[in-house]
Amino acid sequence: MTGFETQQPLMRVQGLSCAYGARTVVRDISFDLWPGEVLAIVGESGSGKTTLLHAVAARHTPNAGQVYFDLRDQGLQEIYGMSEAQRRMLARTDWGFVHQNAADGLRMNVSAGANVSERLMALGQRHYGQLRAKAMDWLERVEIERNRIDDRPNTFSGGMRQRLQIARNLITQPRLVFMDEPTSGLDVSVQAKLLDMMRTLTRQMNLAAIIVTHDLAVARLLAQRMMVMQNGQAVEMGLTDQVLDDPQHPYTQLLVSSVLQP
Amino acid sequence: MTLHSMHTTPMLQMKNLSKQFLLHLQNSTELTVLQDFHLTLNPGECVRLSGPSGMGKSTVLKLAYGNYRASSGEILVRDTQGQFVDMTKASARSVLHLRTHSMAYVSQFLRVIPRVAAIDIVAEPLLDNGLDLVSREQAREQAAHWLTRLRIPESLWQLPPATFSGGEQQRINLARSFIKPRPLLLLDEPTASLDPVNTQTVIDMIGQARQDGIAILGIFHDDSVAQEVVSRTVSMQPLETNK
Repeated sequence: MTGFETQQPLMRVQGLSCAYGARTVVRDISFDLWPGEVLAIVGESGSGKTTLLHAVAARHTPNAGQVYFDLRDQGLQEIYGMSEAQRRMLARTDWGFVHQNAADGLRMNVSAGANVSERLMALGQRHYGQLRAKAMDWLERVEIERNRIDDRPNTFSGGMRQRLQIARNLITQPRLVFMDEPTSGLDVSVQAKLLDMMRTLTRQMNLAAIIVTHDLAVARLLAQRMMVMQNGQAVEMGLTDQVLDDPQHPYTQLLVSSVLQP
Repeated sequence: MTLHSMHTTPMLQMKNLSKQFLLHLQNSTELTVLQDFHLTLNPGECVRLSGPSGMGKSTVLKLAYGNYRASSGEILVRDTQGQFVDMTKASARSVLHLRTHSMAYVSQFLRVIPRVAAIDIVAEPLLDNGLDLVSREQAREQAAHWLTRLRIPESLWQLPPATFSGGEQQRINLARSFIKPRPLLLLDEPTASLDPVNTQTVIDMIGQARQDGIAILGIFHDDSVAQEVVSRTVSMQPLETNK
């Protein structure tokens, strides 16, 4: 047995709500995320999915509700109850955050190698040779040629920048990575490469992920489970194939039937 | 549990199973595709769902695998601990657990994954449980065995199957399922696109699975295939409500 019954969730979200002034954009969201599980959050722009992602990633303080994360030595802890230092530590070790716009997640004016090894340096690793070797290894894993290690990301294509962002996040072997529309704005062929890579890496590393996307095909390919958001609410949640093949909510039915089949 | 009781305990039970689709975008039309369906499937059996198209045969398989959510009734699947899990009430996580360890579903069409080689698609179920009980190399060796058995030319193994023929894709799908035998096997027209030689291979594979005590529920379009593999037939009738 895999300890299926006894294992506890990696993250537990309870009654989460977020508002900008009087406008509530995330309304009473609850879910558990299990180790190694990929959850897709889908919905159109303005549905609150990105705000929800930021709230569970400790980047946007919610107005109500709790977010618990399973710390390696202390079990489930409420993230907004932690000290700022603890949260920052968590964000650069056990978590990763991949931004829609790579420029938000990379330092564009330092080399690719420095970008990839930054988190290790923040953890106190100083041995230049080892840092460079690890950076080299990760560039290879995300299919960026080794001889680009000293180039700056602003000389990289969009797809390469996204892969560099992934390498930069995964070098500390996090257990959870948050992704905000990681493939949008990329050419289809470039998307395929990135998706395949994300799929392989999450499986190899038993990495859990929460991926915000408006692309149902991305959800189908990467996620075991999905949440459909509309007007800040989770209108439907379930196994990805169940939600896509047998959508129950009117809005989900609209989403699924609106996709063009190539 | 004794060996005897193991073999008389069903692997799958469907009770009073009904499925309606409520189509919100089509004036909330209610479509009944299955009503009060009953089925008991024992280890080593191969039950054929028969009847003209539109009788809900594929729906039964999709309900059993959890692709579709039942409107009412029970779907009991026996898990690896011998406990029955009701698919209509189970959490997403426990359905995934059943799919990993207790049941396999071979659909008619392969869902291709961009850039992933055929051999890796076949090997994937062995590596899926995150336990690394087998290495990537071992998984590939087993995948090679099934690809060979199903006559996929070695020159294709490293290619993504997107460009393969329908018959080749169907065989990839079968290999991907048979590489990791699970006690419940759901087959949707497994030989629909296959030539006679490969059809015979699949017939042999199904026969072997039955001997190994696997419970099989399938849709077989071809009567000659059905005659060779099936132990019992369930005829699906038109629904009263839709007459």
